[in-house]
Amino acid sequence: MADNQLTLLARVDKPGSHTLASYRADGGYRAFEKAIKEMQPTQVIDTVKASGLRGRGGAGFPCGVKWTFLPKDHPGPIYICINADESEPCTFNNRVLMEKDPHQVLEGAMLAAFATRASTVYYYIRYEYGPAYRATQAAIDELYAAGLLGKNILGTNFSLNIYTHRGAGAYICGEETGLIESLEGKRAWPRIKPPFPAIEGAFRKPTIVNNVETLACVTHIIGKGADWFKSMGVPPDPANPRDAGSYGPKLYNLSGHVNKPGTYEIPLGITARRLIDEYGGGVWKERKAKAVVPGGLSMGFMTESELDTPLDFNGPGKVGCLGLGTAAVTVVDDQTSMVDVLYNVCRFYAHESCGQCTPCREGTGWMFKIIDRIRRGEGRLEDLDLLAEVGNRIGIMPGTTICGLADGAGWPVKNAIKKFRPEFEEYIRSGKKGRALQVAAAH
Amino acid sequence: MRFIDDETRHKILDLLPRYPSKQAVTLPALHMVQDKYRCVPNDAVRDIAELLDLAPAEVLDTMTFYMFFRGEENKLGKTRLWVCRSLACQLRGSDDLTEHLCHKLGVTVGGTSADGKITLETAECIGACEGAPAVLVDDAHEMNVSNEMADKLVARLRA
Repeated sequence: MADNQLTLLARVDKPGSHTLASYRADGGYRAFEKAIKEMQPTQVIDTVKASGLRGRGGAGFPCGVKWTFLPKDHPGPIYICINADESEPCTFNNRVLMEKDPHQVLEGAMLAAFATRASTVYYYIRYEYGPAYRATQAAIDELYAAGLLGKNILGTNFSLNIYTHRGAGAYICGEETGLIESLEGKRAWPRIKPPFPAIEGAFRKPTIVNNVETLACVTHIIGKGADWFKSMGVPPDPANPRDAGSYGPKLYNLSGHVNKPGTYEIPLGITARRLIDEYGGGVWKERKAKAVVPGGLSMGFMTESELDTPLDFNGPGKVGCLGLGTAAVTVVDDQTSMVDVLYNVCRFYAHESCGQCTPCREGTGWMFKIIDRIRRGEGRLEDLDLLAEVGNRIGIMPGTTICGLADGAGWPVKNAIKKFRPEFEEYIRSGKKGRALQVAAAH
Repeated sequence: MRFIDDETRHKILDLLPRYPSKQAVTLPALHMVQDKYRCVPNDAVRDIAELLDLAPAEVLDTMTFYMFFRGEENKLGKTRLWVCRSLACQLRGSDDLTEHLCHKLGVTVGGTSADGKITLETAECIGACEGAPAVLVDDAHEMNVSNEMADKLVARLRA
C-alpha cells in the first residue's frame, strides 16, 4: 500500500476518538478558537476559497464560493444545514467520520457558521445512522457543557446552536433542497432553483448546505492552511475550462467484489486500478473486474479497460461516466451478470424517485419494468434502445426534471447498454431467467 | 389529546424552540410516536397536527411520503430488522440472507414474526458497504452477516 499521511482518518482508530477530551488532546478546536478570536469571517471564507476545496457530497461545487453566494449584510437568521443523509448507494465515509470522530465534523460546521454569520446549524442525519447520530448528539452535548456552543462562545460575541434532525429513509433528502423541505416537516420534494438556498433556503432564509466530509476538510484547512490542502491532489485540467481542480485528501469508499473493502483516505486523483489493487487487495477470488462504479450508482460504470482513469472530479467524465460523485467505488467481478446489476440499479431509482416530476416518476418506473422483463427472460432486443432512450430523456440535463436524481438514474443505464451491450443481447437471445427471491411464507 | 400520552406530548413540545416553524417538528414527532407505539395511528396524526397547528392531512402527507412510518393496521414488531438490498450487499449475498431470514421467521418481506418480536424488511443502501451483506437492527448496523450470524441475531432478538 502506498504511504500517505492521514488527516481525516488520523484519529478514527484511537480509543475514545469520539470524545471531546480525546479530540482536544490532539489539538481539536484550536482552529475554531483561533478563528473566532483572531480572524474575520471573510478571512475564513477566503482561506477556504484559496484551498480549492470542492464539495464532497457528489456535486463537487467549490465550497468557499458557495459561501459567498449569501446576501451581504443580511440581518439574519442565516442557517447552515449539514447534509448527513448519506444515501448514495455504496457510500459510507460520512458514517465513519460521524461515528469515530464527530468533533472533527462539528468543528468544521462551527467554522462554517462563523464564516457565514450563521446562528443555527441543523445537522440532518439519515435515520439509518443510529450510532453516528448518538455519537454526534453526545459530542454536541459535550460542546454545550464546555461552553463551546451556546451564547457568547469563549467570551466572544459569537453565539451558535447546533441541533440534530433525523431523517426517515428517503434518498431524495440528500438533494439539498429536498433536505430543506424535509427539515421543514414536509415531503422532501426538491425546489425549483433559483432561488438557490444561499438566497432562500431553510424557513425561507439564506442557508448553506454542506456535506459532512466537506466540513471535516474545512477544519483542517483553517488549522493547517490552504497551501497544505493544495499540496495534495490534481490541478485543473487545461483541456477542460470548467474543471476547478481536485485538491486535498479524499475518503474513497471501496466495496463489492474486492478483498479488503473499506474507507481509504488518499489524495484526490488515484486511479481506480491502484485503489482496487493497492488498497483493496485486488478483486476477490482471484477474478477480474468486469465493471466498476466510480462514485456511487448514479455515476455509471467503467469497464476493466477504463480502470486507469484517475478518480478526481474530472476523470470519470473522460470515460463517459457522470463524475466522481461520492467517490464510492464498487467492483463487480467477471462472474456477475450485468443484467442483475442493472436490475438492482433500476429498482433503486424506481423506489427512490420522489414522484414530483413526471419524467422521473414514470421514467424510473419504466426502466425498472423493462429491465425486469429482460431479466425474467421475456426481453426483446429493441428493449435495449428503449432503455437508453428513457435514460437520455429524463433529468435536469435534458431539462425535464427539477433535480438531478433522474440524471443519476439514467446514467448507469446508458453506460451499461453502451459498454456491455453484447452481454445484454446474448442474455436476451438465450432466454435466460434471472433468480427470483424465494421468500414465500413458510408457516 | 386522543392518543399521545403526556410524556410524549411534552417531548414534542420541548422541540418547538429549536425551529422557526412548528411544522419542522413533524418528523421528530412521528419518530417519537412510532418508536413508542410501533405505529402511528390516525388519532396520533390528529394529535400531532393539533400540537403543531397543522391540518391532520398535512401531517399525513409528510408521514406517508417517508415509507418509514406505518399505520395501526400494519404495526411493527418489537424490533425492526432490515436487510440491505443495495448493490454492494447484493454482490456479496444479501439475496441469500433475505431468503434465509424469511424462512427462519416464517414471513415475507415486510411481515412480522408470529411472536411479534421481529419485523423483517429490505432496505436501500444502509451505508455499511464495507461489511456487506449488512443488516440494520432498528437503527444500528451489523456487518458481514452470515446465515449463522443471522440465526444468532434472531435468537437474541427473540429472547
